[in-house]
This record gives sequence, C-alpha cells and structure tokens, in this order.
Amino acid sequence: MPVTQFKNCRILRDHELVREDLWVENGRIINPEELFYVQKRPPAFQVDCRGSIVAPGFIDVQINGGFGYDFSFDEDKTEEAVSVVARGLLAHGVTSFLPTVITSTPETYRKVLPRLNKRPGGEDGAGVLGAHLEGPFISREKKGAHPVQHIRPLEKGFETVKEVYGCLDNVAMVTLAPELENACDAVEGLTERGIVVSTGHSAGSIMDGERAFKSGARFMTHLFNAMTKFHHRDPGIIGMLTSKRLPLHELYYGIISDGIHTHPAALRIAYKTHPNGLCLVTDAVAPMGLGSGRHHIGDMDVVIEGERALIEGTDTLCGSIVTMDGCIRHFMHSARCTTVEALEAASLHPATALGITAQKGTLEYGSDADFVMLSDDVFVRATYIAGRQVFAAPGQAFIHEPVQ
Amino acid sequence: MRLVILDNANQVADWSARYIVKRIRDFNPGPDRYFVLGLPTGLPRDHPESYHSYMWNHLFKHIDIHPENVNLLDGTCSDLEAECARYEAKIAEAGGIELFMGGIGPDGHVAFNEPGSSLVSRTRVKTLNQDTIQANARFFDNDISKVPTRALTVGVGTVMDANEVLILITGQHKAYALHQAIEEGVNHMWTVSAFQELWSVHSKQIDDPVAFESTRHG
Repeated sequence: MPVTQFKNCRILRDHELVREDLWVENGRIINPEELFYVQKRPPAFQVDCRGSIVAPGFIDVQINGGFGYDFSFDEDKTEEAVSVVARGLLAHGVTSFLPTVITSTPETYRKVLPRLNKRPGGEDGAGVLGAHLEGPFISREKKGAHPVQHIRPLEKGFETVKEVYGCLDNVAMVTLAPELENACDAVEGLTERGIVVSTGHSAGSIMDGERAFKSGARFMTHLFNAMTKFHHRDPGIIGMLTSKRLPLHELYYGIISDGIHTHPAALRIAYKTHPNGLCLVTDAVAPMGLGSGRHHIGDMDVVIEGERALIEGTDTLCGSIVTMDGCIRHFMHSARCTTVEALEAASLHPATALGITAQKGTLEYGSDADFVMLSDDVFVRATYIAGRQVFAAPGQAFIHEPVQ
Repeated sequence: MRLVILDNANQVADWSARYIVKRIRDFNPGPDRYFVLGLPTGLPRDHPESYHSYMWNHLFKHIDIHPENVNLLDGTCSDLEAECARYEAKIAEAGGIELFMGGIGPDGHVAFNEPGSSLVSRTRVKTLNQDTIQANARFFDNDISKVPTRALTVGVGTVMDANEVLILITGQHKAYALHQAIEEGVNHMWTVSAFQELWSVHSKQIDDPVAFESTRHG
C-alpha cells in the first residue's frame, strides 16, 4: 500500500516533541526502518508539515451534543445528531468521542442507545468509541442541570442498571454517585463488562469514592463540578486525588477547562496534585458551535453569553460550549503546564482511561493514524483520521506530493 | 597522502561532509554509474538497536537515497561467510568503492580491523578485542557480559581497493594512533597505517590537540 511521509514537523512521542518524520500506511503509523531495510520501498507521497506540531487526535469522553443537536433530547434524531457533531468536531482536532446522554427515562435509553453505535472515524467525522451515560443514578443534591424527576436509586444494584439502560453493548462509560446504596454492586457489574465507571454528581465522602474505586471505578466526572465541595476536614470524593489507599496511577478524572467551569487555581491544584490522571473534557452542550443568543435544549431554554451557556433566568451553567482545542489552550494558560502535558491530557490520558492505547491516543508504531496538525499556540491546522486529511482550516490544507 | 588539520570536531565534520558532497556531484552518478560510498561498521552485530538503527537515524532518514541502494552487512543471517563473500562481490559488481570514509580507534583500527589484522584482509567475521568490547559496553547498559564478541567487518584490503580513503580523526585519545598511522611505518598492529601506501590522494583531518601530540612524538 502507498506510504505517506510527513516531514518538517515535530511529533509528540515518548512524552516529548521531537523533530521526526511521521510515516503512515494503510491508516496506521508505521516504523520507517522496517519500510527502508526490509521492504526496501520509498514513500509514495510526502507532506511538508510546515513545522507543525503533530499530536495524537484528541479524545472527548464527555460531550452532550453540539451544533444544535443534543444526544439526550433529540431521541428521534440520534443518527443525525451523531453525524453532525462528529463532523463538526473535526475542526477542533477531536478524532474520537463518547456521545454523552444525561439522566433520562428507560424509554429514552431504549430508543437512543441502540443508535449510538461504536463506529470508526473518517471523512464523515470523528469516531464514536461508545456512549457515556451520565446518570440517572446520581445524587439529587448534585444534579447540576439534570432533570431531577428522572434521577433514580439503584434498588437492586447492577440489576437496576440493566433494567433502566436496556442493552449495554454500545456503552463505554457510566457516571454514577458512589454514595448511593448498592452503588458498589453496580460498579462491579459494569466494570466486569468492560465499561469504565466514573464517580460524579455526588454528595459522597472520600470513603464512598474509595469504596467505588475498589469495586472498579476508575474515572471521575468533571472534577469539582457537581460534587461535594472540598473542605479541609471533609474532602469529598475530590480527596481521592491524593488517597493513600488507591493506586493513583489507575485513577483518571475529567476536568472542564473552559475558563468558566473551573477556576484556574482549582485547575492548578488538580494538575499539581495528580497530573497524570488529568483528562480534558468539553462537556459541551447543543449550542456549542452555534454562537450567542437563545437556544432550546430538550425541554430547557438556554442563553449563550460570550463563552457561557446558562439556563435561562438563572445563573446555573448548563454545560460548556468550549471546543477541545480551546480547552487545551485554556489549560496550558491556567495550569502553566508544558505543551506536551496539555496535549497528553487530551489524548494519551483519556485513551489510557478507556484502555485503548494500542490504537488511540499515541503516535506509536502500529497505532491508528489519527492525528492533528497544530500551530505552536495550539490552533488546529488540519485533522487526520486513518491517515487521511479529514479537516483543514481555511487556507491551511496540507499538500500530499507524489514522490517522483 | 594529504593531512588536513582543523580546529575542532565540528569543523572536521563540516569539511568532510562538504568534501563528500562535492566528490559525489563531480562524479555525476546515475542509474548505470554508481558512486559507491564505503562506511565502516559502527556497532557489533546483534545489537538490539543494531547498526541499522544507527545508520537510519544518523544518515538515511535525512537523505533521499533509494532503499535498494543501501547495502549493510547482515549479521543475523545463518551463513556469515557466504554473507561476507556476497558483500565483496556486490562491491565489485557496483564498480568498486569510489570513496571510503571512516574513523579510527585509539588502537589505530579502521572498521573492526583491530591490531593484528591482516593488511590484505577482506570482508569477514572478526573476533573483537577487549578494548573494543569495553568501548561498546555503553550500547549495552554498561554490561560487559552483554557485548557481542564478534563482528562482521570490511577488511583492510577491501578498503585499500577503494579509489580514495577519507579518515577522520578527532580527540586527544586518538593522538598516539595518528602518530603511528602517519609518522611510523606500515604495521598490522596499527591497521590504519596501511593507507600510507595508497598512491592516490587521500586525506586525514584532525583537530589541534591531536596534531600537537603528533609533533611531540615525531
């Protein structure tokens, strides 16, 4: 198969940006030495990357919708919603995502879940790694913008989970509150199925969090938001970030770094406490990508003012409208971390949390050729999926020159 | 023989690189006219990264050479003697080495032709001496026991057949070897000395501290 050599770039490899060429064949990243010495073949195409940074494609594990569509409320238009969002995300450098469904009824889950199929990305849009079900097994106190009438307990633990959601085949992640009775049973059941369990929307204590972790919960949903406030005598589940009872290298947490949902100081505290577990998420809602003004999400009215999306008539944030590349830039600025750390928070860390680093989240030989070409200040120039240029910013397209 | 003395290792590298580029261009190679550039084996065979990785990272990935025009000794094949013979034959078939570029060891060896090597030797399997093994330990986590004890190498005779030989010598620890190479006689204990006898022009470059040492001994 024809090989493409990406030259004049800096690639993110082994936790560093190095001046190396990237070699792609048949949708995968390949080892150039094997091509050179064993196959003795030159590349068929060369691309001058104009000094760009090449990072693994970004992975968003929490996104409720965008571009006017909502995965929870547009239950009759699920395929359309996924298509539109998947395509729109390419401009943000996102190559894989988890469409997120918030607290809903069993009827909605039965309608929507079977249509949120896992699918590879490509020219039509970013790939779907599975659904993220945020709720309904959450704390009423910490519901955020979730509809309180659909929040429910785990009467029979994992049995209830299966009853409410229906088929779990397309589910990649579930957020639940660890303090609920029978939560650990639910966590065990889900973990055994290979579904990542995340603690969130919780009024629980650090002990509740640790119990859930021991049962298999490995993720935390939008750290700081919709959880017990950190108190120095009662840290809540936020305290898990330094817990001596947990193998910290296995704990990951999402954080919305849109400059609004989390104060820069809070971002810094999380980053300094447990940098390797930090995963950037957008938690974006339907109006993302639409611009200022009034919009309708499901049965709620939302107002966009600048970079904030509020429930009309209140000061309650109803999710963010930030883009993933915007998150990365905000994060770099607030946490004062390195470019590498920020890029890994959007790629390597979520991939590790999901257990998919063999194919996604890195530029290692053999992994899927999903990557982003970035300027030094981390703006997206182009996005590639399986080695194909699926998005290019206006005037920034990269030319694939055939080699003579 | 021509001696070019420069101030530091960077200048030596720069001068040599430009010289080689000029020689290749002046030669005007083409599909039927190969410019055969000889380079010495750098690492013993079976190195986990191998000489292949070394050459890829330091040369091949930076230039547009066609992979089919690259000929490395294959230390992993089952019949090493046949491999050496094949290599010599391929050199002859390509028209012989036009320019051979190499360095020397502190013991005056070129490629792996260590002290005691025959001056008319060809490409062959060579047992390495203790100095070389020690010098290579750094590629094997400084564990002497892991360093291979044999290597495939082009012979002194193989290099002598080249039209031109370019030897780069830098560093104080090579000073005595240089002195032996150019100020003493041809000697199989300092195999690089064989090149004194080449009647065609060839050059060596050194940096100053080395030249100083040379004058003192000479």
